Amino acid sequence: MQQLPEIFPLILFYGWSGILIAAAVGVITARNPVHSVLLLVLCFVISAAIWLLLRAEFLAVALVLVYVGAVMVLLLFVVMMLDINVERMREGLTRYAPLGVVVGLLLAAQLSSVWWLRQSGLEIAAPEDSLVFEQGNTQALGTLLYTEHLYAFEIAGYILLLAIVGAITLTLRRRRGLRVQKVSEQVAVRPANRVRLVRMPAEKDE
Amino acid sequence: MADLLANWLGFLPPEAIGALIDLLAVLAVTVVVILCVAYATYMERKVIGFMQLRQGPNRVGFRGLLQPFADVLKLLVKEIVIPGRANRWLFLTAPVLSLVPALAAWAVVPLFPGFAVADLNAGLLYLLAMTSLGIYGIILAGWASNSKYALLGAMRSAAQMVAYEIAMGFALVGVLMAAGSLNLGVIVEKQAGGVANWFILPLLPLFLVYFISGVAETNRAPFDVAEGESEIVAGFHVEYGGATFAMFFLAEYANMILIATLTAVLFLGGWESPFAGLVGRQWAVVGILAAPGLFWLAAKTFLFLFVFLWLRATFPRYRYDQIMRLGWKVFIPVTLVWIGVEAVMSVLQVGPFK
Repeated sequence: MQQLPEIFPLILFYGWSGILIAAAVGVITARNPVHSVLLLVLCFVISAAIWLLLRAEFLAVALVLVYVGAVMVLLLFVVMMLDINVERMREGLTRYAPLGVVVGLLLAAQLSSVWWLRQSGLEIAAPEDSLVFEQGNTQALGTLLYTEHLYAFEIAGYILLLAIVGAITLTLRRRRGLRVQKVSEQVAVRPANRVRLVRMPAEKDE
Repeated sequence: MADLLANWLGFLPPEAIGALIDLLAVLAVTVVVILCVAYATYMERKVIGFMQLRQGPNRVGFRGLLQPFADVLKLLVKEIVIPGRANRWLFLTAPVLSLVPALAAWAVVPLFPGFAVADLNAGLLYLLAMTSLGIYGIILAGWASNSKYALLGAMRSAAQMVAYEIAMGFALVGVLMAAGSLNLGVIVEKQAGGVANWFILPLLPLFLVYFISGVAETNRAPFDVAEGESEIVAGFHVEYGGATFAMFFLAEYANMILIATLTAVLFLGGWESPFAGLVGRQWAVVGILAAPGLFWLAAKTFLFLFVFLWLRATFPRYRYDQIMRLGWKVFIPVTLVWIGVEAVMSVLQVGPFK
């Protein structure tokens, strides 16, 4: 990759961040819930782009693949099907506002702690010439996940598996008296099961 | 070529030259893809015509060769009608959202030795991400049209694409396990050295799953319930006409060619020659056959494109529940079993996965 002038990534970063914040504000102020979902999709895509600036290609692509490509599609689906009354949703705004403020403050504290750590001279991002950039982000992440953090990775896998099983058992309902087609029977059918050829003497003219 | 350009544009800073060359590569690939799409429509009408003992288009130009351009012209000058109470902004954005990922995915496809517009390390992941974005165009088109047929088509199509995407992703996992890389160029290079080294034989179940899922993913017959003329008119794009319809059309065919190309790249060795092990490259005349090149990729892509059309002319449309059953209960288990088999074989160092 050729070296870009120093200023170029900065312009991209501030431009994208601006769009990101505007879209995030749009998510909670949009009148139409479908527009909200789409703005949220925009947020994800822009965040992925910002991660690309940090050369975290795996995270960026995974964010688009998992959240934009799968999760948000299903959310969009649900939002389109539901008849959401926006006015009634707004009523809860004052009730939940304090909680929102607390969460916002927590997030702000976390972000500023990163800034504070960097001010105190701690290196947070991997340096440019480290192994991560040499052999590629994806490979470096994979190596770490399957060696040092194997147990954490496997536990996360089991939790996800449990969640899948849980979701299926919660939504599975067996209805009685349903006439379901048995595909194996349908496939195994032969002409002889359906049509009986009868040999009859031909009628004669009297 | 790149050096020549760099010489001509010597007065520009090196970064600008690099950007310009990248831009030209993007432009070249896009134009070629769009031209291929135009002639894919011609090929479709001709091939299906011959299969049904008809002539196909034969009036515009020699043997109808100018038909695609006549069609494009017709679509472009048609009026765009926006239905009443439709969500105007989304209605016009949806075709763009379906076309952009279809073209963007071409960025990482390796076309000939050492060339892809963007040689990404995580190329396979990027492809998965891009193909999963195409669904937005369809859902939004269905919703923004304010039409029941369109909404039904969008719902069917979205459910189908979500289901088959998983099987497709798993098939790709098998490929990356066999190649040991996410980079598409490296995947092709691993298959160098004749038919025996192609992934199609060791990964035969995944190959079948990938290609059939690809047909379903592009909403082509026999999986075209999203359009189902006899039930829901034309599905998600029923309200679209003129240039907006042309964009959906373009996206569908670009995706079709993409799936055909990717099947060739991932399972049939991309640009590698099938005769690489059999014919010496220094032999007279036939030596050319053993050389890798864009020609081989094009030939393989053409083969799969033909299969797309063949399927359409042969099979009746699947029923909706059959589609869902095939995706969830047949393809996903098949891919999971084969990934398991592959993993065990590569751990035990047996067979082709050493």
